[in-house]
Amino acid sequence: MELPVLLRVNGVVHELNLDPRVTLLDALRERLGLTGTKKGCDQGACGACTVLVDGKRVLSCLTLAVTRGDGEGDITTIEGLAGNLDGDEHPVQRAFIACDAFQCGFCTPGQIMSAVALLAEGRAGSDAEIREFMSGNICRCGAYPNIVAAIRQAAGERGRAAV
Amino acid sequence: MQPFEYVRATGVRDAVTAATTDGETAFLAGGTTQVDLMKDGVLAPRVLIDITRLPLRGVAAGPDVLRVGALTTMEELAADPVVTRRLPVVRESLLLAASTQLRNMATIGGNLLQRTRCRYYRDLSCACNKRVPGAGCDAIDGHHRMHAILGTSEHCVATHASDLAVALVALDATVRTSGASGERALPLNAFYQTPGDTPGVEHELRPGELITEVEVPLLPDGTRSGYLKVRDRASYEFALASAAVAIQVTDGVVRDARIALGGLATVPWRCHDAENFLRGAPASEETYRAAADAALAGARPLPGNAFKVELGKRTVVRALSMVTAPLVTEPPG
Repeated sequence: MELPVLLRVNGVVHELNLDPRVTLLDALRERLGLTGTKKGCDQGACGACTVLVDGKRVLSCLTLAVTRGDGEGDITTIEGLAGNLDGDEHPVQRAFIACDAFQCGFCTPGQIMSAVALLAEGRAGSDAEIREFMSGNICRCGAYPNIVAAIRQAAGERGRAAV
Repeated sequence: MQPFEYVRATGVRDAVTAATTDGETAFLAGGTTQVDLMKDGVLAPRVLIDITRLPLRGVAAGPDVLRVGALTTMEELAADPVVTRRLPVVRESLLLAASTQLRNMATIGGNLLQRTRCRYYRDLSCACNKRVPGAGCDAIDGHHRMHAILGTSEHCVATHASDLAVALVALDATVRTSGASGERALPLNAFYQTPGDTPGVEHELRPGELITEVEVPLLPDGTRSGYLKVRDRASYEFALASAAVAIQVTDGVVRDARIALGGLATVPWRCHDAENFLRGAPASEETYRAAADAALAGARPLPGNAFKVELGKRTVVRALSMVTAPLVTEPPG
């Protein structure tokens, strides 16, 4: 049986009717057409589906959409990162491009969402700390050195902006 | 995933009333295990009761005890200032587990009830006594490198997956519950059940009973504590062996010690024999080694995980050495 669900995604409230089995990941991709969020393992092991809920990074593949379905909880996907769908890139997106922090690109939206949260958590103090707190995002191409470099660069820009 | 009826509970009484005692209902909190296993068909509740809106979130510290609401997330508990200052073993067990994404979702109550990572349990094509009583155990003759060497039976060798539970067992935490027949307080040390003849029964909770709070006694001043986790990769992996330790040393002598093991046993494994051995003994690596021998004395390894006996011992020695090292190598000033 489908249930009425209100999802607030990238600042827009969407009214949907969803089977309670539908994950947030599938709702974003299949119902709202927001295909930037990727389905990797679909079992909470790879991080490709990472989105922000109220600024905190979570896995959309293990979140049932109906549990976020009262319009509470601000969901941010990669499409909403720059503030609007046609806006400039987010500083972390720019750093990923500048540092060539991807190869095939499939894990990249999840990496970037996770990195944005990591910076907000204040966990980019060293390469070791970045590696530890990015460990929930797997990159099968092995672009890790450049991912760490991109996050370090974005952290530096962020630090300068705050001064 | 099998279809289910979704119910959102607004109060604890609500949730407990909606839950039936026939095992057909399940509570949904962080969902990191529940949703995963429902996708795999391992769990298939008829009714899923969403408890995420219940007022069971937050940490309150008294003079001797920390009260943790069952819906507090792992990240929230790890960030708590009292946990950071007084309970390093708890903080480390949390931050060495899972990923930040999962720790933002997973709750403390759910963490304590998380299911085993045994591949045979999670694969419907395999025999598993925990999933289907009497079906047999494919792990015992299969790939059991990750499996338990303590607390096993001929019916099940699956390890308990929680790191936090290991720390909380060492600290003598108590679980508070609410159920059809009222409220209960259950010592965590007697909460988990080894598989024996009934691997499907993992703990003392009755069907439909809900964990509402966890009480963690604070360690006495001067206690050193820590959590050491040994695993196949440096981060984001379950333990091959882990040790939660808390130890008080004065004048080179161990006054009190607590040790619990993870990754090695079917339940979070408290080591009372090793603790008794340590009390009154000199704080030295030799003592720690003898305590580790006592901790693993009952190990019954399988051909594929015999390495875990020595690994477990070394994990205990290193954890104790790690937390007591500053006592002798404190930098000047």
